[in-house]
Amino acid sequence: MRDLVLAAVLGLGLSLPAAGYEIEVEQVFGPEDGREIRVISTTDLVSIDSVLRDFVEGHPGSRIRYAQAASVEVFRAIHDEGAAYDLVMSSAMDLQMKLANDGFAASVQPQIGALPAWARWRDQLYGVALEPVLTLASRRAFGDLPIPRTRRDLIAMLRENPDRFDGRIASYDPRSSGVGYFLISQDSQQSDGFWRLAEVMGRLNARLFCCSGEMIDELRAGRLAIAYNVVASYAARYTPDDPDLVRLALEDYTLAIIRSALVPANAGNPEGATDLLSYLLSPPAQQHFAESSGTALMPGAGQPPQPHLRPIRLDAGLLVYDDQLRRAGLLSEWNAAMVQP
Amino acid sequence: MKPAAASPAGFSLRRRLVWQFAALSLLLVVALFFAVRFAAERASRASQDAVLGAAVISVGDGIRAVEEELELDLPYATFSMLGAMGNERIFYSLSTGDGLVTGYDDLPQPQVTPGDLSPVFYGADYRGSRLRLAALTRRVLLGQRIEEITVVLGQTRYGQAAIARDTARSAAWIGLGFLALTVPVALWAARAVIRPVDRLAEAVTRRGPQDLRPVLHPAPRELVPLMGALNGFIARLRGALQLAETFIFEAAHRIRTPLSLVRTEAEMALAETTDEALRQRLRRMVRAIGESSRSANQILDHAMVLYRSDQFMAEPVDVAALAGSVLRSVRAVAEMRDIEMRAEGLDQPCPVLGDARMIEVALRNILDNAVKFSPDEGNVLLRLSRDGGMARIEVTDQGRGLVAGDADLTGRFRRGSNVGDVVGSGLGLTIVTEVAAAHGGRFTLSPRPEKGTCATLFLPLSSASA
Repeated sequence: MRDLVLAAVLGLGLSLPAAGYEIEVEQVFGPEDGREIRVISTTDLVSIDSVLRDFVEGHPGSRIRYAQAASVEVFRAIHDEGAAYDLVMSSAMDLQMKLANDGFAASVQPQIGALPAWARWRDQLYGVALEPVLTLASRRAFGDLPIPRTRRDLIAMLRENPDRFDGRIASYDPRSSGVGYFLISQDSQQSDGFWRLAEVMGRLNARLFCCSGEMIDELRAGRLAIAYNVVASYAARYTPDDPDLVRLALEDYTLAIIRSALVPANAGNPEGATDLLSYLLSPPAQQHFAESSGTALMPGAGQPPQPHLRPIRLDAGLLVYDDQLRRAGLLSEWNAAMVQP
Repeated sequence: MKPAAASPAGFSLRRRLVWQFAALSLLLVVALFFAVRFAAERASRASQDAVLGAAVISVGDGIRAVEEELELDLPYATFSMLGAMGNERIFYSLSTGDGLVTGYDDLPQPQVTPGDLSPVFYGADYRGSRLRLAALTRRVLLGQRIEEITVVLGQTRYGQAAIARDTARSAAWIGLGFLALTVPVALWAARAVIRPVDRLAEAVTRRGPQDLRPVLHPAPRELVPLMGALNGFIARLRGALQLAETFIFEAAHRIRTPLSLVRTEAEMALAETTDEALRQRLRRMVRAIGESSRSANQILDHAMVLYRSDQFMAEPVDVAALAGSVLRSVRAVAEMRDIEMRAEGLDQPCPVLGDARMIEVALRNILDNAVKFSPDEGNVLLRLSRDGGMARIEVTDQGRGLVAGDADLTGRFRRGSNVGDVVGSGLGLTIVTEVAAAHGGRFTLSPRPEKGTCATLFLPLSSASA
């Protein structure tokens, strides 16, 4: 720790107008004179902070400039702006897949350990963590009602108790959130029952949020009863010890998205980025990710996936979600379900 | 005489065969590699084209017109399947005459306008990769007009290339395995090919020096010309030898008659003259003429033995009787020098299977020799006995014996090194040896421990008396 220089460039919502994409937070880990590895990622700095510190401690010649941004911003930075980064990490699987497919990723050979084949694409895109998508519920708000275990239960309960849940249901807004859109398209593909849920939610005036944080804050403040589709790692971070919050992994199916990383083709320090990627896939880092999301991506790193968990594979099928026509069609369908006549 | 070794071989047939075998196999391995690669590439390309064609149709099926707007349900499973083999990159575009509707705007478009049921396939380079593309046209009623939409779907073929590469590599490994087997197989094959030649050489080498019969050894068809040439050569050699023998026989025959005439004349002259100096001279003449006619006789005997060996006709012969008669004819000469001739074992008949003339010539030569090298008043003993299926005729004398190193005196015109004062042609023992060989018997000459020589002739007994 002696030569670990921590230089934090603060500023939530810090905008860099010259770049054309928005960085939320940026922080530098490691010594001044270290060779810089520039990372752009959707992962909250707070949740990955300790992993990055451990890396620079083990690699004294390196330092990391870590920029946190929303998934759409990350994609825009690489795809449209050609920004110079060495490692791109994002939970938006469809966007990561498009970057790799469109030739923005370099071929690298990190130490991948026991990474399953479905969690990587070629030698360009590597899954780093598995993040189940949960439903959060407030025990207080449910009162004496039983906690639902499947979507069918949830729909039935919402229908039977419109007064209790009116205006107190929340989810991502798929128009402003990349993850939100991706989850809706996955939901709609997994079951036809999803549109019934969307209709019920629309009838109950569901509130739509851009980000998990806000949603969880509202839930803890008692203004929400249910938050549908919250990425587990956020839930874990925001509600470490709140006895009121119930984390529901619905048993009909629970989606799990893969947070993945790639080294851009124009990276200035691909060796450093490959080292960092190897470290992210190593047991200590994997154990850390498995702890925060509750499920291990790498076999043996933590809790194995539950049987009802549906991990979404990293494959070319993800390309369809980015299609503008498909997106428009899905969003209009969503709109029709949410906005009741 | 040992056969002269052939001039050093310029090359080894076996090595050349093995090399050719190995080179051919290597060529086949290389050909196999490329052929399999080509076939695998074609096969996997055909199957992947079928998948790509189905995929572009399924994308086309997802196009709908809703309230003058195009709607597209891009099928997840189709893309997922397209990318499955080898993690392919996938690109697509939907465009109308007005321009791009969705997808990648710079994706290479087909050269010809595709139909709406069977896709058009083509290849193009795009974003750093070689793509295989399929295109299809769909007509959609948009409002009042019919819109033609071209659907293009492209994928990389990393998987196809990998499959072709792996398959070809497996084929090459198998081929190399065969190549490794080739060397022993080629060695074996070369040996099998050359073995008849070796056998033939062995058969020819094994023959006796007099054996000039044609080679009838079974040989493969390819060796028949060689056999023909060899036999032709043998026939010519035999002809030449016969000619020589005939010439010698003729020469001896023509010399013998005038010689006996000259001898008679000389003896008459010897009887008629009293001049001592002339008598001396005439006596030397008579002796020289005697030796000459003896040599001529031996040459004739030898020619006769050779001839009869060639046309060997065996019949039962009583050696005891034969030996007795030869002994009597030689005894006259021996008595002139007071040499005592004795015989043992002639009272019992001893039948052998053979040629009487040849045996007689052999016995006379043995006895002649014994008498010739015996000192005056010496003893010559002929003993006939049976020795394990053979008749054993032993003639011992008290002559000068053999000198060490003269053991083999049976060659033609070969004489002992201690016989300078005794005239002789050197053909006698050769004749005996040839007779023994023709009968399947043998002849030995050995010095006796005290003094003199022991000549032994073995002849096989006829089976009836054995």
